[in-house]
Amino acid sequence: MSLKIVVLAKQVPDTRNVGKDAMTPEGTVNRAALPAIFNPEDLNALEQALRLKDEHPGSSVSILTMGPPRATDVIREGLFRGADNGYLLTDRAFAGADTLATSYALSMAIRKMGMPDIIIGGRQAIDGDTAQVGPQVAQKLDLNQVTYVTAIESVKDGKITLVRSIDGGIERVEAPLPILLTVNGNAAPCRPRNAKLVMKYKRATAPMERPADGQMPYAEEYEKKPYLTVTQWSVADVDGDLAQCGLAGSPTKVKAVQNIVFKAKESKRLTGSEADIEGLVKELLESHTIG
Amino acid sequence: MNNVFVYCEIDGVAVEEVSFELLTKGRKLANQLGVQLEAIAAGSGITGKVEKDILSYGVDKLHVFDAPGLYPYTSKPHTSILVNLFKEEQPQICLMGATVIGRDLGPRVSSSLTSGLTADCTALEIGDYDDKKQGKHYDNLLYQIRPAFGGNIVATIVNPDNRPQMATVRSGVMKAEKVAEYYNGEIVYEDVAKYVPDTDYVVRVIERHVEKAKNNLKGAPIVIAGGYGVGSKENFDLLYQLADELHGEVGASRAAVDAGFCEHDRQIGQTGVTVRPKVYIACGISGAIQHVAGMKESGIVISINTDPEAPINQIADYVITGSVEDVVPKMIKSYKENSK
Ligand SMILES: Cc1cc2nc3c(=O)[nH]c(=O)nc-3n(C[C@H](O)[C@H](O)[C@H](O)COP(=O)(O)OP(=O)(O)OC[C@H]3O[C@@H](n4cnc5c(N)ncnc54)[C@H](O)[C@@H]3O)c2cc1C
Repeated sequence: MSLKIVVLAKQVPDTRNVGKDAMTPEGTVNRAALPAIFNPEDLNALEQALRLKDEHPGSSVSILTMGPPRATDVIREGLFRGADNGYLLTDRAFAGADTLATSYALSMAIRKMGMPDIIIGGRQAIDGDTAQVGPQVAQKLDLNQVTYVTAIESVKDGKITLVRSIDGGIERVEAPLPILLTVNGNAAPCRPRNAKLVMKYKRATAPMERPADGQMPYAEEYEKKPYLTVTQWSVADVDGDLAQCGLAGSPTKVKAVQNIVFKAKESKRLTGSEADIEGLVKELLESHTIG
Repeated sequence: MNNVFVYCEIDGVAVEEVSFELLTKGRKLANQLGVQLEAIAAGSGITGKVEKDILSYGVDKLHVFDAPGLYPYTSKPHTSILVNLFKEEQPQICLMGATVIGRDLGPRVSSSLTSGLTADCTALEIGDYDDKKQGKHYDNLLYQIRPAFGGNIVATIVNPDNRPQMATVRSGVMKAEKVAEYYNGEIVYEDVAKYVPDTDYVVRVIERHVEKAKNNLKGAPIVIAGGYGVGSKENFDLLYQLADELHGEVGASRAAVDAGFCEHDRQIGQTGVTVRPKVYIACGISGAIQHVAGMKESGIVISINTDPEAPINQIADYVITGSVEDVVPKMIKSYKENSK
């Protein structure tokens, strides 16, 4: 059985590497100084999709991402690793979306693509850790869902069997297709780029990444190889309702953002010398704090 | 109508601790708003097993949904219960645990009702809101407070127009306090079939293994937490050795977990576990707000860090400027020599 699979992927700031150079003197992060990366758990999701494609000849894997034109990076990265095509949802009207408005936009794009058998995304994105978008998309499409997936065991006769993590343990679950899955970071890591695919897709771009006017480099190549043009959709292209997109479609509003200054304690300063450490340990033992 | 609702999570026929914590918070919010606190319990064979416990946290009305397919939890039936019940009851606030179940269920309910949902709140309050652009004033909204990415900042989120205002909270963030052993609340045994269509019961749990609490991080009186500065999985062994000596537990920052030094269930912080130990030893942890959110109520904080200016040092009682590899073995040695 060949499967139509959509991978939800997000480009995120690399919150794991907020070096000192990314911090402003006021203690806020200069986002521009952070590299933008493929959300780590979305890579785990991509791997699961590619494995299904390997096992089920004739299957297709599409990457769907919402973001500014530079988010096409995650689509290219997906193509380099074995995805068949990508869709970039981009429009000023999508800006400022909370998880609900994001899930609305993604669900409209999926409807436009034609309902897949499996939608698969990472459990959560590292810039928010909310884990909300996957289930919100599933609900909008009236699909079943299984979250926290660590492995897909099989897809047979319209049914999928998988293993998921739950608090303190695991579950094996069987569910009918179509379905939405979210994948955990402890699932198999994503395969590396494939050199041939890198050659094939290195010039893949979304129209908005290309110069607006004047001479377009490689124009002939784009004409001959339609797969080098990433599908790019606006709100109108997916028949989106503006009132449900972006800031306007976000029920959550940020009332205030407050800078937190830790109330400094009066701390004892020690060096790492044997004498200092011994002094500390003795002090804590005497006060029965430890021991 | 317009009451505060808490979704109670059920493990077998017992209510999870996080639900009691949320009921306690929900009771306070309801008091402040002058409305009632209502709770939902959905499971199989729970009748007669969960009611008294739930009511004792001051619940005015408990909705019990007891049917064979409701345990183990699957997404659709529980979603239908909440969505259909909320359409009737129009709650103004709904709280649930930021657990695997709450994070699976909350977003579906919010998506269906197009209501806002804020994940992993560290505080919940009631307050006013002025929408300057629209020139509108709102009284008594739920302030959903959580650290935000981008530095040492905390954001207050509101849902002005959509109901219910939904929030998830991790276990251990709020404190559970009973109102009365026998609280006189109303219990409604709901007709599950009225809320859940048969077509919802299609995901089947074939097998389930749960080992309750592999570690005792939440309750440990001494926590030795390692961060990215610990440097490697091997170096984390030093922390385990110290923990063995001190009868403590090992915790970690998200950066240490992401780097693969330590398992995810030991992550401390906003999106991990909240701890309140007597002693907290932070080894190679910088002290990002998301981390501090999970340990700020610790008794004595000891920071071991090569950077004398690390932010965590500000909230530390003892600051040891040195490397983990050097200091921790010295602590172990000194403890062995001096404790009897
Ligand atoms: C949505 C979201 C949720 C998050 N949730 C959490 C959460 O729940 N918990 C959490 O912890 N974080 C969380 N974070 C991440 C958080 O913002 C920080 O990135 C993280 O806490 C940093 O971990 P760290 O202190 O170990 O690493 P770093 O910030 O890299 O700090 C390493 C420290 O080690 C010191 N050091 C280096 N070498 C040595 C050595 N040899 N000996 C001693 N010290 C050394 C350095 O001076 C530095 O202070 C979250 C982030 C986001 C965006």
